[in-house]
Amino acid sequence: MNEWTENLLGLLIIIGAVFTLVGSIGLYKLPDFYMRLHGPTKASTLGVGAILIASVIYFSTKQDALSLHEILVTLFLFITAPIGAHLMAKAAIHINTEQVSRTKKYHSKNTTK
Amino acid sequence: MLELSLQIGFVLISIALILSFYRLIKGPSQPDRILALDTLYINSIAILVLTGIYLKSSVYFEAALLIAVMGFVGTVALSKYLLRGDIME
Repeated sequence: MNEWTENLLGLLIIIGAVFTLVGSIGLYKLPDFYMRLHGPTKASTLGVGAILIASVIYFSTKQDALSLHEILVTLFLFITAPIGAHLMAKAAIHINTEQVSRTKKYHSKNTTK
Repeated sequence: MLELSLQIGFVLISIALILSFYRLIKGPSQPDRILALDTLYINSIAILVLTGIYLKSSVYFEAALLIAVMGFVGTVALSKYLLRGDIME
């Protein structure tokens, strides 16, 4: 494995880890559920995607053949993360989860209230 | 370079795991706990893939794939339970 590939791998891994951490900090710090939903479902998915791309490059150069079974994880994660976020938001609206008072005027007209 | 960035990645993702675990314990409402579980399994996929690169073994992807599938099913089932009060209808 030459110098260039190794630097690219290191860069991808650090970018992925930083984005995953940013998503979890959003989950820890933001004030209510509807804001917290944004952190993990967007940032963490991007971070895990970058780490999986790093893994594809690493195993492709190690085995001298294209290694494609990480693509499965990537594809599955990128399809299912928005579906899960949609279902969680729907459940939260259904059971009337608390909103921060400064966002209450943006209540949607389509909810079951 | 690769060794150092792998170690930095392990540290950062471990902090992310601790933060989502905090939300899982504390979370004021039930959707918060579901979201924390979702984040927890995504972070564990990341740390499994990093372990696979670190130990130069490709066994860990099967585990990552299994966690991805089962975690999605779990999230959908828990959200359905909150929506309907029942999982299978």
